[in-house]
Amino acid sequence: MSLALSATDRAALIGRHKSAIDGSLQTRLTTVAVAAGLVGLFVYGLTTLEVSFWRVITGFGNLGTFVVLMLPPDPGTWARGMLFVKALFETIAIAFLGTILAAIIAFPLGFIAARNVIANKVVHFLARRSLDTVRGVDALIWALIWVNVVGLGPFAGMLAIMTSDIGAFGKLYSEAIEAADRKPVEGVTSMGGGKLHEIRFGMIPQVLPVIASQVLYYIESNTRSSTIIGIVGAGGIGLYLAETIRTLEWQQVSFLILLILAAVSAIDFISSKLRFAIIGKRAI
Amino acid sequence: MTLAIDRNDPAIRAHADLYRREMAAKNRQTLIGVAIFAACVVVAGIGSEANPVKFFENVWRFPKYILDTMPTLRFATLGADLAEWFWGLKGWLKLLWQTVLIAYTGTIMGVVGGFLLCFVAAANLGKSGWLRFATKRYLEFCRTVPELVFALIFVIAFGLGPLPGVLAIAIHTMGAMGKLFSEVVENIDMKPVDGLTATGAGWWQVIRFAVVPQVLSNFASYSLLRFEINVRGASIMGFVGAGGIGQDLIEAIRKFYFTDVSAILLLIIVTVMLIDYGTERLRHSLISLEHGK
Repeated sequence: MSLALSATDRAALIGRHKSAIDGSLQTRLTTVAVAAGLVGLFVYGLTTLEVSFWRVITGFGNLGTFVVLMLPPDPGTWARGMLFVKALFETIAIAFLGTILAAIIAFPLGFIAARNVIANKVVHFLARRSLDTVRGVDALIWALIWVNVVGLGPFAGMLAIMTSDIGAFGKLYSEAIEAADRKPVEGVTSMGGGKLHEIRFGMIPQVLPVIASQVLYYIESNTRSSTIIGIVGAGGIGLYLAETIRTLEWQQVSFLILLILAAVSAIDFISSKLRFAIIGKRAI
Repeated sequence: MTLAIDRNDPAIRAHADLYRREMAAKNRQTLIGVAIFAACVVVAGIGSEANPVKFFENVWRFPKYILDTMPTLRFATLGADLAEWFWGLKGWLKLLWQTVLIAYTGTIMGVVGGFLLCFVAAANLGKSGWLRFATKRYLEFCRTVPELVFALIFVIAFGLGPLPGVLAIAIHTMGAMGKLFSEVVENIDMKPVDGLTATGAGWWQVIRFAVVPQVLSNFASYSLLRFEINVRGASIMGFVGAGGIGQDLIEAIRKFYFTDVSAILLLIIVTVMLIDYGTERLRHSLISLEHGK
């Protein structure tokens, strides 16, 4: 017996199981409708956003010229190179201190916003919404506001990173606390522990590894956001980045980008090592 | 019978000693960790010019600034006051819509790019080692360079307007999605892939019929999450002239049009919250769709 299928057999087979092969009409129509909607909105977006063919072509032409001009990366003078490295250090300092301070300040807020610690519905709602509002405003906007308060410089940037992260951390903490196991808490209560004992011995040991790993992750991602905070004058490497791009010093731009890439991947590496040291190989 | 422990029993004493030594070692380790951490904080404090005195001298300006941005709303003339506060509502809504469109078109472009590249970057499907390495480094570059830096460069290359904003968001999204997608692909069940390979399917056919059906709902969920992030990102693109509501916002902040700042911020926050809520609903229904099957 041969295993090969003749053309007529194949056609008969497909004919018999047509509905199974094609799938239901409704699913197909939904798929087509969703795809058409997505593509339609995309095309509408392209037309209203002044994306014309020639503009794209000339733009990419310019971009190619810039890339050629960027090579090789060169800070110009030695003194300027040192200035860039100092700015990079400032950037990392902003990210680190901002994240740490936010993590500390958000700690009590996380407990207030957690439903299982404070069961009051109104308090819960208000705490969550205020954290959402703080989180919804970008760090760059906070930087603009803090520049008005403490003046130009990295201190304003640090405070901006801190402010926007308080919102993010508060939310993350409260979710970690809500997901925590009730049993250790009940154990502490049964031994006669008060509310603070419950939090200290029942909750904190459970949530601390989650929190530590989140803090490390945020230090990493804040290094990226603090590189641009200098664009509004809040310290760090962003000031030089914006300046060199606007004055078309392409070799310095590529040098700065290389510095950022190196710093971010170094911090990536360190923080993933630390994360594994804290939580073990368990993925969070 | 009593449960009391004889403290002079050598076995128990050895045990206690061991415990004490282990604890001392652990404490030492913790102490070293704390010392390193404290040193880092001090160095970072110096680096970022953190100055508590300056902070406490000026901190009153922060609530004052927030209060200054609040409009005067009187109950008697609420309608007129609101109209005065949101005097530019029509123009702002237009810019807000542009912001959302920038985020949307950028997300679509980035997701498509990330989708095409993730199969090359995934360790379990990747064709050749060096191609995978190059793709991974490329994606890393795309997501490490901040969007705003891309926007600054594109504004010079393409001219002012929303186009550089769209492209900046697209590139950054491609980097982030390419990585997330390839991680999803690396976690798939390999049996369908083996099955299709056994029937003689080519690389693209394997991906189309064995991989994509497994990962599509996850991809859609990540893309929705990214869209929300990109709306936030698009709202500041205007700071460097790359379109959207950011240009009005930075003008209001720079020129101290206080009530305009709060009005625009409020619009942005409400939009982000609505989109956050909408995408979350969509994601939950996607997840339940997957589990319902």
